Amino acid sequence: MSGNTKIDVSYVAELARLELAPEEKVKLQEDMEEILGYIELLEKLDVKDIVPTAHAAPLRNIWREDKAGTPPGKDIMLENAPGLIDDELIKVPQVLPGEGMS
Amino acid sequence: MSKYEAVIGLEVHVQVKTGSKMFCSCPNSYGEGPNTMVCPVCMGYPGVMPVANKEAIRRTIIAGLMCSCEIPKYSKFDRKSYFYPDMPKNYQISQYDLPFCLKGKIHISGKGFSGNELPNKDIGITRIHLEEDVAKSTHFPGASGIDFNRAGVPLMEIVSEPEMKSADEAYAYLTSLKQIMQYAGISDCDMEKGQMRCDVNISIMPCGADTFGTKVELKNLNSFRAVHRSIEYEISRQEDAVENGIKICQETRGWNDDQGETYLMRSKENAHDYRYFPEPDLMPIEFTNEDIEKFGKEIPELPEAKRERFVAKFGLTPYDAHVLTLEKSYADYFEEGIKHTNTPKLLANWIISELLRELAASNTSINECGISPKNLGAMIELINNDTISGKIAKTVFSEMFTSGKAPEEIVEEKGLVQVTDESAIESFVEQAIRENQTQVEQYKSGNNPKVLQFFVGQVMKLSKGKANPQTVVKLLQKNLGSI
Repeated sequence: MSGNTKIDVSYVAELARLELAPEEKVKLQEDMEEILGYIELLEKLDVKDIVPTAHAAPLRNIWREDKAGTPPGKDIMLENAPGLIDDELIKVPQVLPGEGMS
Repeated sequence: MSKYEAVIGLEVHVQVKTGSKMFCSCPNSYGEGPNTMVCPVCMGYPGVMPVANKEAIRRTIIAGLMCSCEIPKYSKFDRKSYFYPDMPKNYQISQYDLPFCLKGKIHISGKGFSGNELPNKDIGITRIHLEEDVAKSTHFPGASGIDFNRAGVPLMEIVSEPEMKSADEAYAYLTSLKQIMQYAGISDCDMEKGQMRCDVNISIMPCGADTFGTKVELKNLNSFRAVHRSIEYEISRQEDAVENGIKICQETRGWNDDQGETYLMRSKENAHDYRYFPEPDLMPIEFTNEDIEKFGKEIPELPEAKRERFVAKFGLTPYDAHVLTLEKSYADYFEEGIKHTNTPKLLANWIISELLRELAASNTSINECGISPKNLGAMIELINNDTISGKIAKTVFSEMFTSGKAPEEIVEEKGLVQVTDESAIESFVEQAIRENQTQVEQYKSGNNPKVLQFFVGQVMKLSKGKANPQTVVKLLQKNLGSI
């Protein structure tokens, strides 16, 4: 069931920082257009009496009190790190200062 | 007068002071060993579930109300795509179209940083939303190191309208904003600790034009002064460029504080497509009118209201009130002190001219100050009831500052009680007259006030500063006049 919506897989892949082989692009193009086609089906439904929501579950205000707990500890949390600097910072490929948010 | 006017908007990030992080229970504390205050949630492990911190939301709403924002009844969190190692789950939980606070304003007035008078105006706030802070990166040759202690700390983003026209206005806006956050205990806003961070959007256009020029974003601004300097620099850079026919490009520029100039960091990126979508792991937030009313009752007194009250109720000058409300801790000190003295104006003078100077000289905060507000109030009462003179009070004050002792104790120990007994002062007066006959002749020839002042000095010296000055003047006039 393929819909009418076309999708630019290369652009989506770029935004997601994914490198795709040509055959992967073709496959994903088909898959994603099929998903969009399914959503087009939903658009045919009459929703004029339904209040918009940001979530499918009818729950609101699920939160916790501001109580700090004890973190698991540095050693266990750094076990999966690809590399460390001074045994305490996670080593990553160089990021230029000012990139990202910090 | 420049042919151009600047259009400036600020995006300010403020960390919310809470016990725990935004979406996990790791402590929100600064200065701990790297990667000790972390868990799978704030490190962005796959499959973890965030749970919102109610207190961070409450404080954000209080911040919004203090900036006269509207609080929408319905809000939600969204995911914002993000590809840097300081937030490895590749999205940041933020708020997109339904933030907690909308359409506020902050009032600015008075003297600007450069000494010029500011226009008396409101700077609009577009929105305040709540998000999670990212980890801290440290840059080494060939690699970067990440500390996740900061990741997940609740972070408000306060977006202004592009309504500022000068570096002074931006500086005043930041100062007011910081004051409000500190007053409400929402954040300490310590820029050195990264608790407050500021990006500037700036463009220029010919005076009177209604279309903005191309905007440039300034980053890496580590102090209010850097914000001020970078805006002044950028306005003149853009003016020069336009005058010389160079097109301003949409770009991000950094600020080099040592060189005093901005530099190109990156030109316009591939479309800012953050691909926001509702965070499925968090439920929307909904408030009733009663909830919002209840938040309204929790708002502390705003700095501006406090200034007006200090002037009206305690007879302070607008300047005194301004200085005493610069920091909430000053205002709290003053308000505690006035419980112990009947002359608020005198207390204000001592805080402003002596206490703040001593604190600055010794690099101490008012909260760590050796002189408690109660003791300073008590010292002022000792002046008021003539136990000590204003001059002796300075000695007592210094001693209080270093030892933290009560003024009565110091006065007692050092025998600093003012001499008000007329017969004791009279003997000093007689001695001074006896020993300074030349000046007596001068006084007799012209009743010169300078000569009288000389005698007051002599008597004070003989009494070791303890004679009551009013009594000294009275007795000198009597004795000299009768010679």
